[in-house]
Amino acid sequence: MRDVSKRYGDHQALNHVSLTIHQGEIFGIIGPNGAGKSTLVGIIAGLRDADSGKIDVLGKDVVAERASLRHEVGIQLQEAQLQELITVEEALRLYSSFYEHPNPWEPLLDDWGLRAKRKDRFGNLSGGQKQRLFIALALISNPKLVILDELTTGLDPQARRESWEHVERIRDSGTTIILVSHFMEEAERLCDRIAVIDGGEIRAIGPVADLLDNDTTTLRLGFTAPPTFDEYLLEGLDGVIDVGRTGEQINVTGTGYLMATVSHALAALKLNPPDIHMEQDTLEDVFIRLTGTEQRD
Amino acid sequence: MRGLRMLTLSEFKLFIREPAAAFFTLAFPLILLFVFGSIFGNDRDPDFGNWGAADVMVQGYIGLIIGTVAFMGIPVTIGSYRQYGILKWLRATPVTSPTVIVAHIIVNGIVTGMGTMLLLIVGRLVYGLRTPEAPFALVGAWLLSYLSFSVVGFTLAGIFSTARTAQAVGSAIYFPQMFLSGASFPRELFPDGLERATRFLPMTQINILVSDLWRGDGLNWIAVMSLSLIGMAAAVIAFRYFRCE
Repeated sequence: MRDVSKRYGDHQALNHVSLTIHQGEIFGIIGPNGAGKSTLVGIIAGLRDADSGKIDVLGKDVVAERASLRHEVGIQLQEAQLQELITVEEALRLYSSFYEHPNPWEPLLDDWGLRAKRKDRFGNLSGGQKQRLFIALALISNPKLVILDELTTGLDPQARRESWEHVERIRDSGTTIILVSHFMEEAERLCDRIAVIDGGEIRAIGPVADLLDNDTTTLRLGFTAPPTFDEYLLEGLDGVIDVGRTGEQINVTGTGYLMATVSHALAALKLNPPDIHMEQDTLEDVFIRLTGTEQRD
Repeated sequence: MRGLRMLTLSEFKLFIREPAAAFFTLAFPLILLFVFGSIFGNDRDPDFGNWGAADVMVQGYIGLIIGTVAFMGIPVTIGSYRQYGILKWLRATPVTSPTVIVAHIIVNGIVTGMGTMLLLIVGRLVYGLRTPEAPFALVGAWLLSYLSFSVVGFTLAGIFSTARTAQAVGSAIYFPQMFLSGASFPRELFPDGLERATRFLPMTQINILVSDLWRGDGLNWIAVMSLSLIGMAAAVIAFRYFRCE
């Protein structure tokens, strides 16, 4: 998509957004609430029209070839529900009747662990079962692209981890996935590439490793040392930014080869603290730095 | 077409599972019939042009069932479908909005028809309802009335974004007409002023159309024209303003 903008009244939901998603990858779109994530995928799915810009999905213009794209794009919508009284089997049967070449729905029951629940009504399913049904429905058209919008919001950690395995299985079957999330852990674990979006603009885009591994990535190192240890000896070492002490706990922040540098200096003092450990910036730290906001879950 | 067929079938099943909807279309008119039938009976009465009270009431209940489905049922169902994202979800599939609307009009039409048939059969068995003078024209009149009102129901559902507002507006339209159109009390019992004031309510038009055909008083063209106009105007508004989210 190139140069896509969308405005709702006074609110600029998307501001000249351009991005490319590769075939067969899991592409993550992350950002705080109200960042424009759902607007973005709504436009990609052809549920809303952009004010300006050009979007091609699977090589087709999203406006001109909307009807044909409906057959090729599967979507699970944020907080969308089904009728309380519809059964799992009825929903799958119904949605498969909308497509010319649907995935057979019977195997989907097994794939997503819904066979035992096939006669159950939607209203009686657990959160995890509902989500699995949503994925099955998003896949029923045998789509080339699947959009999963806030798939795991509201799930317990166990169900969330199960969902992740499901998403990887979809990707392994060759389907391209767009995953909208505000869980950094999820994006870090699943996505091949991500776009961090905030205020309707893309703040960063690329493979997760690239976003984590740049010059500004901060490392934190900690160990315990006897009171006789003079922590100020570490200041001025290459890559060390700051040194602090809390009782016997020494904390060092820095960049580059921080572990090697500090270990070397400690060895020269005949110190070998057994609990020395290092933490790296998580995607969450990167996220907060890029968007300047705490996540609002 | 397969999509329409499956959607209609699915919506029909869901409707049958909803106890409240089934009660108001199937059981409620029968309860009215039994209550007022037991009070007034069905002896020929000069006040009703020599028809019985139950005859006249059933003629009114036909419009009442249509109004219940159109103003109470459809706006609430569609409003909640929008609220829960069901319409949005359907929109992401190749199914078009007209298909969804047509499926609901068919399902509600079948249910309205079932409620009406049940009323007529029970009325015939219990109170000996007299056969309509123009039964085929009556079927046509029913179809026109139902289509006109159900499209209005969709317009309400389309304009008002939540089930709650749609229900409030639907009730505001439904209840006064229920009492003033002759749908639940025969208009023959109204004082002259009230009779004149309520003559041009949409539900009164159904009542006049149905009872005239039933009693062999011919086709009331004003009713046909006004119901057609209401339906067409509502369709234009629904087409322009119907929203899926």
